[in-house]
Amino acid sequence: MPSIRIDGVTYEVEAGRNLLETCLSLGLDLPYFCWHPAMGSIGACRQCAVVQYLDEESEQAERGRIVMGCMTPVTDGAIFSLSGDKARHFREAIVESLMLNHPHDCPVCAEGGECHLQDMTVMVGHRDRHYRGRKNTHRNQYLGPLIHHEMNRCITCYRCTRYYRDYAGGTDLAALASHDHVYFGRHAEGVLQSEFAGNLVEVCPTGVFTDKTLVEDYTRKWDLQSAPSVCTGCAVGCNTLPGERYGRLKRVHNRFNADVNGYFLCDRGRFGAGFVNSDKRLLYPGLRLADGRYDALHHHGALQHMQQMCRTGKVAGIGSPRASVEANFLLQTLVGANNFAPGFSEQEQPLVDLALALQQDSRAVIPDIRSIESADAVLILGEDVTNTAPRIALALRQSVRNKAYEMAAHLGLETWQDAAIRNLAQDQRSPLYIAAVADTRLADVATRNLSLAPGGVAALGAAVAALISGEEPEDLPPHLREQAGQIAAALSAARRPLLISGTGTGSAAAMQSAAAVTEALCAAGSQAMLCLVVPEANSLGQAMLTGPDAPGLATLRERAESGELDTLVVLENDLYRRGSADSIDRLLQAFSNVIVLDGMDNATTSSASLVLAAASFAETDGTLVSLEGRAQRHYPVFLPPQERHPSWVWLLACMKELERPEVRSLHHFDDITRSCGARIPALAGITAASPDYHYRNVGVKIPRQPPRYSGRTAMRADRSVHERMQPSDEESPLAFTMEGLNRSVPGALLPWVWAPGWNSNQSLHKFQSEVGGPLQGGTAGVRLLQPGNPVSAAGLSVDTVTAPAEPGHWLLVPRQHIFGSDELSALSPAIAELAEPGYIALRSADAAALGVSPGDGVVAGNALATLAVRVDDSLAEGCAAYPAGLAGTENLHPLDRVELRRAENWQRPPEVIGSDGGARLRGARPRGARPRGARPGGGDV
Amino acid sequence: MSLERPLTRNVRPDRSPTDLAAYEANGGYQGLRAAVGRLSPADCLQVLKDSNLRGRGGAGFPTGMKWSFVPMGENPVDASGRPAHKYLICNADEMEPGTFKDRLLLECDPHQLIEGMICAAYTIQADIAYIFIRAEYHKAAALLREAIAACEEKGYLGRNILGSDYSLTMHVHSSAGRYICGEETALISSLEGKRANPRAKPPFPQVSGLWGRPTIVNNVETLCNVHHIIERGAEWFQSLGLTADAGTKLYGVSGRVKNPGCWELPMGTPVREIIEDYAGGMEDGYRLRGFLPGGGSTDFLVEEHLDLAMDYDTIGKAGSRMGTGTMIILDDRTCPVGFVKNLTEFFARESCGFCTPCRDGLPWSAQVLDDIENGRGIPEDLDTLQRQVEFIGAIGNTHCALAPGAMEPIQSALRYFRADFERHIDGAGCPYCDGGQH
Repeated sequence: MPSIRIDGVTYEVEAGRNLLETCLSLGLDLPYFCWHPAMGSIGACRQCAVVQYLDEESEQAERGRIVMGCMTPVTDGAIFSLSGDKARHFREAIVESLMLNHPHDCPVCAEGGECHLQDMTVMVGHRDRHYRGRKNTHRNQYLGPLIHHEMNRCITCYRCTRYYRDYAGGTDLAALASHDHVYFGRHAEGVLQSEFAGNLVEVCPTGVFTDKTLVEDYTRKWDLQSAPSVCTGCAVGCNTLPGERYGRLKRVHNRFNADVNGYFLCDRGRFGAGFVNSDKRLLYPGLRLADGRYDALHHHGALQHMQQMCRTGKVAGIGSPRASVEANFLLQTLVGANNFAPGFSEQEQPLVDLALALQQDSRAVIPDIRSIESADAVLILGEDVTNTAPRIALALRQSVRNKAYEMAAHLGLETWQDAAIRNLAQDQRSPLYIAAVADTRLADVATRNLSLAPGGVAALGAAVAALISGEEPEDLPPHLREQAGQIAAALSAARRPLLISGTGTGSAAAMQSAAAVTEALCAAGSQAMLCLVVPEANSLGQAMLTGPDAPGLATLRERAESGELDTLVVLENDLYRRGSADSIDRLLQAFSNVIVLDGMDNATTSSASLVLAAASFAETDGTLVSLEGRAQRHYPVFLPPQERHPSWVWLLACMKELERPEVRSLHHFDDITRSCGARIPALAGITAASPDYHYRNVGVKIPRQPPRYSGRTAMRADRSVHERMQPSDEESPLAFTMEGLNRSVPGALLPWVWAPGWNSNQSLHKFQSEVGGPLQGGTAGVRLLQPGNPVSAAGLSVDTVTAPAEPGHWLLVPRQHIFGSDELSALSPAIAELAEPGYIALRSADAAALGVSPGDGVVAGNALATLAVRVDDSLAEGCAAYPAGLAGTENLHPLDRVELRRAENWQRPPEVIGSDGGARLRGARPRGARPRGARPGGGDV
Repeated sequence: MSLERPLTRNVRPDRSPTDLAAYEANGGYQGLRAAVGRLSPADCLQVLKDSNLRGRGGAGFPTGMKWSFVPMGENPVDASGRPAHKYLICNADEMEPGTFKDRLLLECDPHQLIEGMICAAYTIQADIAYIFIRAEYHKAAALLREAIAACEEKGYLGRNILGSDYSLTMHVHSSAGRYICGEETALISSLEGKRANPRAKPPFPQVSGLWGRPTIVNNVETLCNVHHIIERGAEWFQSLGLTADAGTKLYGVSGRVKNPGCWELPMGTPVREIIEDYAGGMEDGYRLRGFLPGGGSTDFLVEEHLDLAMDYDTIGKAGSRMGTGTMIILDDRTCPVGFVKNLTEFFARESCGFCTPCRDGLPWSAQVLDDIENGRGIPEDLDTLQRQVEFIGAIGNTHCALAPGAMEPIQSALRYFRADFERHIDGAGCPYCDGGQH
């Protein structure tokens, strides 16, 4: 370990690091802008200047030279000064220079109060402005419904383009112009195209890129009440920090988890929680009257009806892969495992069960995202991860850089020397092979993109597995045989090969072949990784809870029709997304009573006899099991209003009313978690996901509100001058107050990041064990899947589905969309604005054969759907793609073979310009017209 | 004794370009024949090192030493197993204010540069060479393209040059027109199609340059010397200089002199001789107040320095830099504040915008100078300028050398012409102005 001296104090430090991160890890405040722990150093802002001395003599004489902390490796015996006048004056001069053109508009800036530029300005002590010239100004751009642009605030640190282009692979944001006119924007106004654009909000050290949804419904950071949460947008399980004020969810920030999301979220995760504020949320339970209207009930009345309906003893339950383990467990307990369907669609249920089984029975490592970033050869079979598990796509963009790091190591460059490594490696990347029905958003970094029908994808995977095992694959066309050979060679040569597949294409065979490849690699002694993507936040937990023998929706329907069951309890699940309208109608009609617990008005709640208003993820505790088998707890950010309650509260109360013995000893949320862990072997570990209610930090609870939370006494002053008692949290170690301590808390309980002098999210390093390292309190969550299990040979038979040879018929393949395919995030206004209308995509030759061109209508099957035609020549032959989960595609099923024909009387949809009302576009719009997807009543801002 | 002028021996009085036939007739491509025919790359490098040739682009770094950092051998370092290209780049992006020496060489004798480049590329075993040329030098670019075509036909360029194992492809690339492209790493970024931002060193281009591969960037004049040295030896080259620095140098003078121009003279020729003998002395009615010895980004020297030898070390010791060796004369009827303001505005505009001190500090300095020049100055402005000099002026404070160079005229003007600044501030205007007009 090198030993360095800083201001006369000697430190033993970690080799291979730069001085800036070393100082921050040592707790020394050294200001910076352009350096980012996940993006390394480029030396642009010159803010982290220190003085380096050649030797002790020059230190005595204070004859040193200015060096940049971020660009200076720590070497044994090096002598630095942070606090000397020369370094301090230089750093102050940097801020003074950065502020020449800054508008000083902090009072109206969304970043104010959590602004790194404010913090650094105070830190360097700059106060007096000497510049007397005019400020440069810029025009701002409309960048879509997610990101607000205010270019005048820019300090030209280049973090935005480095993140957007270099890290996230975006192409439509760039540094434009030069000298003190550098402009960060698009070549023309328009929606930012990256699925990860939202991270600009947190990457930008000042208020150039801010969260537009927050700007439109604004609250300062210090007034946000927040709690550790887990994103419910997909199965990755990114850790989030939602913030609330006045009962509205204001924004979602990233919550650092070294093993999962690190510093970054996807835009579905960041902007997809807006549904929590929707006016379609239910506030009261409702009982359906004879005329079809609903009577609002008090919770006592609702419980009375519920327990009466459940007293028949012929109760079935349908759980939900988007509801917590605990709520599902309670419903399962209420109805009994034989009567409990996990709530997947008929197609999805065996796929999720298979995904779980393949991971449980695998010798391969089930990787977290950090491990995915370390992969040095990747094969993706079928899954379009950018749209189904977006954070994994961002991780894969980092994994292909491992080749560059290898080259850099050869030259003695450290990984933080970002610009140098990019210049060295240029377009050299680690192998990434993608076989999918069409090109995906990772195509630009892939070694090879292969367009194959799901059956072809599986066949390719099986061939790769065979080749790795030294066998010659059968029945493979020559060009695929060659590709398979290259892929097998790349995977075999890698130290950390990774296979990715999932349920997204609806193909079991693709997942099986991925497992077969990892098995072959493991058999050859490799540390292979297997990542299988499942659709929803708790899909895997649901499979663990119910097991492969759980009844499906059709089974429950048959048993109800036979009179075996008469009451159905549906937990947080819009069944009309799980099957065709006909089949769900039949299912619901088979029961005399349908009780639905959900948060949002939807087709299923509208069919219920009794609706119970359920809290959203932001209003309740819950444990979710992510696709890597990580159980993670989320906590209520705020308490639900009126008669909206967490599902587990409804279910527990109902079972108490029913005097069910299983719940006699269950009083709190933790009791349910414990009971579930004790009864369900696969979920035994979940109690370790986070500390229980009794955890105290130095004797006190952890505050959800930061110390500067303001206006609590005035919030309700229009109604009463008496300050209402803060609600107490009887379920968790968190409190709805600003009193308490947020220091060294377990990672799972970190409610916000804030440190003296560090008001922005850059204060995170004060909570990490070292810069970029895990949180001091440990990484959140517990892994339920243990790697290294012996493989069960039965799981590895690959059943391939091939495209139909019959003319006029196509194989329907689903394409997932980050904006729109997920149920709840699609109900968030900002995401809804980005969601595309339904379509059917065809190869141009197929479109021509049908006599249609883009924008024309096409009818699938026997009027299953009529949708606009899109042309995508990267589609595999014989396939027609449709967007899963989008309006108009409800009756289309993955891998069905359907006839397509041109739609008669089809009216081409008008050309729509997505807009939130950017000033110039608003002027052009007819009065009264509202952009597609705009929030009703939201109005123009 | 008549002076030996190897670099300009083919420059004709009418400045018409020398074609291949004329170039060969005057002994051209003998250096190349010597190198490829008789010498190993290591031999060539040794001659270069012995010759003490220093970079003529301004920094004066020993050329042989620079080249010695290029990985050599059968398989030069390339961790990825890529085809091991190496690159030679000629920096012909001559944009230093007051500098026009490379233009003379490019327009009058393109083959000299090409021969020098082939010899240089042979020495470092580069297989691809670029001439990165200022866009305004379109005439030279056309001549170079013609010359390259002629050389390819003649077997001086292309595969198996003069029947040897050595092959070289040469391209001409016209710059997009930024001063910063003259910085070697910014030039490389620009050549790659990226923003012309300089790169942090290390790694140096010799190891990781163009497309991440070993690359040497040299100035036109530097490269024009190479084959002469290889042909005639290090001792001959050393003997050309009058002082410790070797060779000849293209010196230039611009400003209010009788005969502004550019001359090839022995390295170390005294300043006075260049200004008075070659540039003909000051125009009638003008007196010399100071001069920038090597282009716009060098410190002022004044009358007391006229008898110094123009070489790297002597001028360096006097507190300036020889830079490109092309002087700009400040006369007694031109306002030094306006002179410096003009330069500073140029440098501020040409900043790439990457690092803070340069991007924001130079426009600030220009603003202060503008205030002083136009009667809006206050006494504290001189302190501000002095602080800016210390803030921006040191190498290492900034990402590259542009801003420190830009501050050199300001810092020396504050030293030598401080009274002029004070008169501007005291009199709330420019004393050199005549009714508001310069």
